[in-house]
Amino acid sequence: MTTLLDPRGAVPADGPPGAGPGGPPTDAGGDRPRRPRSLTVATVLEMAGAAASGLALVWTVFTVAGISAPFGMAVCWFGAFFTIYGLVCWRLYGPILAKDRMATLGIWAGALVALFALAAVIGYVLLKGFTVVFSGFPHFLYADMSQLGGTAKVTDVGVGPAIVGTIEQVALATVMTVPLGVLTATYLVGSDGLFSRTVSAVVDAMTGAPAIIAGLFVYLLWVQPRHTAGKSGLAAAMALAVMMLPVVTRAAEEVVAIVPGSLREAALALGAPEWRVLLRVVLPAARAGLITAVILGVARIAGETAPVLFNAGGFARYNWNPFSGQQDDLPFRVYELIFQPGRVPVAAAWGASLVLVFVVLVLFVIARLLGSSQPGRSFAPWKIVRRNRGPEE
Amino acid sequence: MTTLDIPLAPEAPLVEDVPITINRSVTRADRAFRFAIGSSSLVVLLILVAVLVFLTAYGWRALAAGGLRFITDPTWSPDSGHFGAMSLLVGSFAIALVAVLIAGPVSLAAALMINEYAPTRLRSVLTGVVDMLATVPSIVYGFWGLELVSNLQSSPAKWLVDHFGFVPFLRSPTPGEFVQSIFACGLISAVTIIPIITSVSREVMSQAPRDACEAALGLGGTRWGMVTDVIMPFSRNGVLGAFLLGFGRGLGETMIVVLILSKANHLTYAILGPNGLGSVAKEITENFATGSPMAKSALILLALVLFGATLVVNVLARLIVNRSQAGS
Repeated sequence: MTTLLDPRGAVPADGPPGAGPGGPPTDAGGDRPRRPRSLTVATVLEMAGAAASGLALVWTVFTVAGISAPFGMAVCWFGAFFTIYGLVCWRLYGPILAKDRMATLGIWAGALVALFALAAVIGYVLLKGFTVVFSGFPHFLYADMSQLGGTAKVTDVGVGPAIVGTIEQVALATVMTVPLGVLTATYLVGSDGLFSRTVSAVVDAMTGAPAIIAGLFVYLLWVQPRHTAGKSGLAAAMALAVMMLPVVTRAAEEVVAIVPGSLREAALALGAPEWRVLLRVVLPAARAGLITAVILGVARIAGETAPVLFNAGGFARYNWNPFSGQQDDLPFRVYELIFQPGRVPVAAAWGASLVLVFVVLVLFVIARLLGSSQPGRSFAPWKIVRRNRGPEE
Repeated sequence: MTTLDIPLAPEAPLVEDVPITINRSVTRADRAFRFAIGSSSLVVLLILVAVLVFLTAYGWRALAAGGLRFITDPTWSPDSGHFGAMSLLVGSFAIALVAVLIAGPVSLAAALMINEYAPTRLRSVLTGVVDMLATVPSIVYGFWGLELVSNLQSSPAKWLVDHFGFVPFLRSPTPGEFVQSIFACGLISAVTIIPIITSVSREVMSQAPRDACEAALGLGGTRWGMVTDVIMPFSRNGVLGAFLLGFGRGLGETMIVVLILSKANHLTYAILGPNGLGSVAKEITENFATGSPMAKSALILLALVLFGATLVVNVLARLIVNRSQAGS
């Protein structure tokens, strides 16, 4: 391939002669070794120069044309910077290095856009939700929504019932899902028949199913036959469980599959029955991974709105019993509040969003910390935290 | 060399080595255990099959009444016998397509950056940050998009319509308005699928043979040369699969679309404004609770069609990704 090689020294190994970029090497630098990651003064100066001249060019054009569009200007500035920098490098170092430099620039820009999106989402939720949650802290976390409407201020309402509902529904879904998922995963790892392949394929298929499917299913199965009495925390939990089941099964399968066969076989050879091998050898060995998988599954479903939409019902006051009566939860409450007129509900929705994001991200971070510990180690969160803050870092 | 006379062992009676037959009896506990894991997978299978069966059973009424016109009819009004899922399906596909077109390049850049360009120490942090982006609930993205992005994108959208309105897609169905559009939904869905495409393609690219990469650098190639000539040929299929996975996720995206898209449903190719194409997920979410039995049945059938579409996309994506990993 011709673009791979720098014409300054190396000869294309497999390209036909004459298929090179054409022309003699444009660089007079000779055979100096090039360090792929080096950032020299020259590079910085070239970039700064290109940026400055790009800005000057774009600013001049925009001023002369009388356009006032900060966003458009920023985009054009990057475009101009990109082009000028590319041309400068082309002139100085030849086409191959110029392409490399431009690609590097483009990749950094793309990655920064992705990072910026994350920062923008979390930053915006923090910005909008912080004052709501922390004015009269912790009132927002335990008050209910019954005061909403009329002249109520945002400090009169809270998401207590929604937090209770989310915790109960997610806990119920986890209790329903995890044993089933782990046992199924064990089965799938251990056998390779037509049945297990079918189960595996169906689990795969459900992993990518739209969330609304789960909500509709439980509505038809459970809520509709019971008319108005059907909506409850339990119904919402069932819908969440349908979402969570394939995720947990798949993750558990991966974790159980990497438990070394020698461990399992050693236990079996010692005469242990299969169920003890699972409980005493396989699951302990896979514990960290399993816990990570479960927590990640929980983090995924805690924020799902579509499955609970038709099934939880929503309730402005506390309902501690998930098995009867409509119940609130956080995603549902956010959804409800967004569509209510006025500034107070929207402010409360930002508060609820912040609580939701906080819950989900805390779960995620816990899962990460547990996941970074090695499998087979004894599970103790404080140890893991200490290990991660080891002296080498 | 001298040969040593090793005295042979006294002639021993040859005993044939017969492997002992292990009488591997399965205890009752183990039988119960096998039954438990087998039946739990049966339960999983049944639950997931029940989803399909239930939806089909309830959607049958609309299918029987509409037949193939269910998909081809352009107007959606189930109570008067028009099951035009066409514009809803096209809308859902358009959102997913816009999302992939925006998220694809960004995710590729992010994946390459994490794998090849970022300092080694930053790598795991960046991977974590990308995965974190995936756990933020989609209703939060939708709310964020509704409040912030949907307005921010309106002036670039206006600019596009003003200057490139001759391109068929770059128009607004309602002239002069640019929010609540298919494009806005796609833009915000793009943020939700960036982590998916990034993590899958990062995974695939990291399996490119390291020695070939280093050989390329050692021969004096640039890093970009290494990317285009070693990593990309190796992981092209996997990246395609990652894009398809993102597309499938975009198809099923519900809350963002519900929050942002305007309440309208016309078959049009203009995507830069309100009152254009509808979306399956939005239609179901908004009209299911209050619909007549026939409307409910039609919406369930619609959900089934959407599910079928995501299924095809996902299975295809998995196949491609798996094959690209196996055939390294």
